[in-house]
Amino acid sequence: MSKSRAVFGAALVVLACVVIVDASMHAAFAQNPFGAPKGAVPDSQVGGIIGWLLTKQSEFYRAMSSTIRAAKSDGSAVWTLLGISFLYGIFHAAGPGHGKAVISSYLVANEETAKRGIALSFVSALMQALVAVLIVGIGAWLLNVTARTMCSTERVIEIASYGLIAAFGARLVWIKGRGFFRAIRPSLKTSGPQLAMAHASAHAHSHSHDHGHDHHHHHDHGHAHAHTAHAEAHAHAHHDHAHHHHHAHDDHCDHCGHSHGPTPDQLAGPGGWARGLSAVLTVGIRPCSGAILVLVFALAQGLFWAGIAATFVMGLGTAITVATIAVIAVSAKGLAARLAGSKDGSGALVMRGIEFGAAALVLVFGVGLLFGYLGTEPVRCF
Amino acid sequence: MTVSMDPGFRRDDRRVSRAILGLFALLLAFTSGITTAFAHPHVFVAARSELLYAPDGTITGVRHAWTFDDMFSTYALQGLATKTPGVYTREDLAPLAQTNVESLQEYKFFTFAKANGKKELFNDPIDYYLVKSDEGLTLHFTLPFKTPFKTKQLALEVFDPSYFIDFSLEKKDPIKLVGAPASCTMGIQRPNDGGAAKAQTMNEDTFMNGENSNFGAMFANKVTVDCP
Repeated sequence: MSKSRAVFGAALVVLACVVIVDASMHAAFAQNPFGAPKGAVPDSQVGGIIGWLLTKQSEFYRAMSSTIRAAKSDGSAVWTLLGISFLYGIFHAAGPGHGKAVISSYLVANEETAKRGIALSFVSALMQALVAVLIVGIGAWLLNVTARTMCSTERVIEIASYGLIAAFGARLVWIKGRGFFRAIRPSLKTSGPQLAMAHASAHAHSHSHDHGHDHHHHHDHGHAHAHTAHAEAHAHAHHDHAHHHHHAHDDHCDHCGHSHGPTPDQLAGPGGWARGLSAVLTVGIRPCSGAILVLVFALAQGLFWAGIAATFVMGLGTAITVATIAVIAVSAKGLAARLAGSKDGSGALVMRGIEFGAAALVLVFGVGLLFGYLGTEPVRCF
Repeated sequence: MTVSMDPGFRRDDRRVSRAILGLFALLLAFTSGITTAFAHPHVFVAARSELLYAPDGTITGVRHAWTFDDMFSTYALQGLATKTPGVYTREDLAPLAQTNVESLQEYKFFTFAKANGKKELFNDPIDYYLVKSDEGLTLHFTLPFKTPFKTKQLALEVFDPSYFIDFSLEKKDPIKLVGAPASCTMGIQRPNDGGAAKAQTMNEDTFMNGENSNFGAMFANKVTVDCP
């Protein structure tokens, strides 16, 4: 019974991840001029949503240039520009982009909370904005290089970003693969995966449901900080359910640190943030081509500052969408963890498998992007 | 509400609510997943094209005039040295035109031609130049066919498979047949306004034809010329 639940849970999260990640790959394969898969075309049923989304994006994007022109004589148009930029950011981020897929996969591969997912989404989006401002600020404003030179710079950064994603994915696969194979090995002390499992389940409580809990979480982290950071995750939920945690502080920790993500104290500490940041840096260094165009255009109109403001507001909009998707991904994993059953050994195995799978996805994305099999909105320089 | 007092029922109830929430999350994920499948263009091109015919009815090439949108035109002019500031002569723009056509090679000039269903290839572009007007930059260039040919049915498509660039045919006389036999008839199939309609009006063949079976094809501008 619990085994089938575990399998069902796994199926759900795999479906969720595949769906979140798939679509960008879907489009990416479709963009590949060589050997596009036959099914790469959306069916007309989803046409309405897509059409609307595409229309909105294009409308906002196109409105930007005329609004910047208007702002030259009418200062109040800057507010319109900021409003458009914000909406464009929201809509555009819902479009293709490996960024949110990589971030979501990273979050699923690790024991990340929704809260951290939101924070990382904002960091990556604002970093993208900053890189765009730096490219245009240094390239166009300071050095007055040509568009072609800036575009080539964009491409170099793009390749660097893909390489970093691949490297980061490889590292995740290595870590998560070890955890997964440890979980498979029957010789392993059964407590290991179980405890990690309970931990994953605990995270799941931090959002999206409002019911009483009677789960018993067994933690074996030998760290006192674990409690505070953990309690914080619960407090974030604003739900008043009763928890009964049984934290067992014992000596099992010789392997649990490897078999699942960073422990809460690591998350709070500089090491944990450094790891999360390295995840967002891989995607955050690649600027949005749209932002660069807007910035150069604003600069040419003598309104560079308005372009910079628009770029950051755009980043804010992007962050909101990416954070939403990240939270969905983390929630889906939490759901799977609950369905898989927290006390069941096979459930833990399933969760390790999911994490391993998510880690593998990051690697696949990095390699695919690097070698041109995937390409979400590749920069066209001409 | 005595039933809800039953702990067993309440547990089931919770499970159901969990399942519903879970499904909702999945649905959201699914929706956001679908939406991730689609790019939006960053560059907009208003295209005007001419099909060039030799006196004997052989098709020799395609002459394009592509006008870029305000934003991209401004972007493309960034850092370009001119003799008079703010005035862009054809000579000033010559290096940029050179860069443009050289770079477009990589994307096969976004121009795809088929004669009776067979793909026709182009040679390097000739007669290329840029003109700056109030509307923006217009890139003029001619693509000669590698092997000029005669055909009963010619299909010409202009689009970016990745949809980074949106090509739309000019409203008035976007396509001209230059020197074509009088018996030839021309049909223009352009994507309607609005993506949804675009997806629905194009027939399956548009998507499933060899190199065109990709996303950008949905927004392709297709010209057919029948010469019986």
